[in-house]
Amino acid sequence: MANTQGTTGLLGWIDDRFPLTKMWREHMGAYYAPKNFNIWYYFGALSLLVLINQIVTGVWLTMSYKPSAAEAFASVEYIMRDVPWGWLIRYMHSTGASAFFIVVYLHMYRGLLYGSYKGPRELIWIFGCLIYVALMAEAFMGYLLPWGQMSYWGAQVIISLFGAIPGIGEDLTLWIRGDYVVSDATLNRFFALHVIALPIVLLGLVVAHILALHEVGSNNPDGVEIKKKKDENGIPLDGIPFHPYYSVKDLFGFSVFFLFFALVVFFAPEMGGYFLEHANFVPADPLKTPEHIAPVWYFTPFYAILRAVPDKLGGVIAMGGAIVVLFLLPWLDRSPVKSIRYRGYLYKGALAAFTVAFLILGYLGALPPSPGRTLLAQLCSLVYFLFFFLMPIYTKMDTTKAVPERVTYK
Amino acid sequence: MSSFAADNIDVRRRRFLTAAATVVGGVGVAYLAAPFLVSWSPSERAQAAGAPVEVDISKLEPGQLVTVEWRGKPVWVVRRTEKQLEELPTLDDQLRDPYSEVTTQQPPYAQNQDRSLKPEYLVMIGICTHLGCSPTYRPEVAPEDLGASWRGGFFCPCHGSRFDMAGRVYKSVPAPTNMPVPPHNYVTDTRIVVGVDTETA
Repeated sequence: MANTQGTTGLLGWIDDRFPLTKMWREHMGAYYAPKNFNIWYYFGALSLLVLINQIVTGVWLTMSYKPSAAEAFASVEYIMRDVPWGWLIRYMHSTGASAFFIVVYLHMYRGLLYGSYKGPRELIWIFGCLIYVALMAEAFMGYLLPWGQMSYWGAQVIISLFGAIPGIGEDLTLWIRGDYVVSDATLNRFFALHVIALPIVLLGLVVAHILALHEVGSNNPDGVEIKKKKDENGIPLDGIPFHPYYSVKDLFGFSVFFLFFALVVFFAPEMGGYFLEHANFVPADPLKTPEHIAPVWYFTPFYAILRAVPDKLGGVIAMGGAIVVLFLLPWLDRSPVKSIRYRGYLYKGALAAFTVAFLILGYLGALPPSPGRTLLAQLCSLVYFLFFFLMPIYTKMDTTKAVPERVTYK
Repeated sequence: MSSFAADNIDVRRRRFLTAAATVVGGVGVAYLAAPFLVSWSPSERAQAAGAPVEVDISKLEPGQLVTVEWRGKPVWVVRRTEKQLEELPTLDDQLRDPYSEVTTQQPPYAQNQDRSLKPEYLVMIGICTHLGCSPTYRPEVAPEDLGASWRGGFFCPCHGSRFDMAGRVYKSVPAPTNMPVPPHNYVTDTRIVVGVDTETA
């Protein structure tokens, strides 16, 4: 006898006991996505691909890595020189970290372009922001593990940020480090968080992100809700099943991604000091700070904001605020349209200014400070925050074009 | 027959018992969370590791700095020159806390003009009070990269904080307070113990 899914045999036996076919249909075979996705829609699937890369290579790295201050640096070199194919697995992991942020930044930027954070997708955006925060914590803790000079002093600086909190700050930093300085205790607990706690949090958030997406349906470059126009079977007229249409499209995207990924892994794994910083090839020395400390490239925009404020607590608040404000985006945007295609020049101009400011901040954050650069960083920080704080005003004033009833191809 | 069962349910009593059990369970969860949170505090071993360190200063030349490790942190001993000491009071108006009024940054016996027990020797934890980098020792006067007004002191390469030859912080730099002076004392004229105020042994 057939079950509700109409399956028989072994699959039917399973479907009677576990929603296998039901889940497949809901998330792959009968998940209808808009048919007008463009190149920006690759980066969600690519984020998932890089996450899998990080988990698999990470598991293999833990097999040879020693999370102790005495052995960590040497064990990474051991992986690089003595473990068969260890260099490849380690470079896949370190390059994967940077690749993760590249695809996630592009994925988030897609949201800005097409208004994907706007209702009814606020929770997708919030889960996404939480993923971004968890990813930053994961990357920061992972960077301590090689126990090089930049690992050590980078952790020292970032943990000290919490010391700026009035009253509890100093005790909080002591509690985070588990010692009076960044030490073996800090390294060991960061290893535990990097390898166990945060990956579990990340996976949970990714599941929530995708479930929320599949509940409301995907946005698209036109910002049109495809569920408004359905055929007699209740299938969106502008929707195509995720599998095989987008699963195959994403596989093509994977192959292009792997081409670039392999180029970096094999020919430029250090990326001129941006993916793996030069100072991190020197073992951690608690008595000597490197001449120039800069975070890895994906943190530099926020680091530039921190340095732009000439006050310890003020700088920390500005840096934290730069991330917190992302969460508020769905409620700051008052535009009646989602996609940039139908927005006016005010939003286009604001987004362009924001993009330039963010890139300049990222560039400045990697350089040593100078009075001129600090001034420029202050200007760009202002643009960054004004993009968000003035958004309720300029998105309301903006002249928008009429949004079509159905999706278009451009 | 289900209506019969529903009629006999005391909803208020059930709600009260559920709420009471939730509150008691919540308290239990809070108590259980405590060991996990406190577990992150420094261990007994980490707390015991802060043993005092002895420094021999007999071979220190004027202007020279030596670094020793105490509690995992760099501790500097600097033998200051006459000229450097004479210049300290002239900088007061450029400093954020010229009279060391933030008491957490030095023991009472170092709350003076030169922030030391003996003016000639500065003993200080070499950690910037901004974000914990170790500043570089720049005793030279008016070097090219630090500007003509530089009178010698400590410069943090991370975020550009500046300190004078007594570790006092300049105005309008990110670091909020003077660099900390650790507890220390002289066992003999040429031996300093870092980590204790007075020798008890």
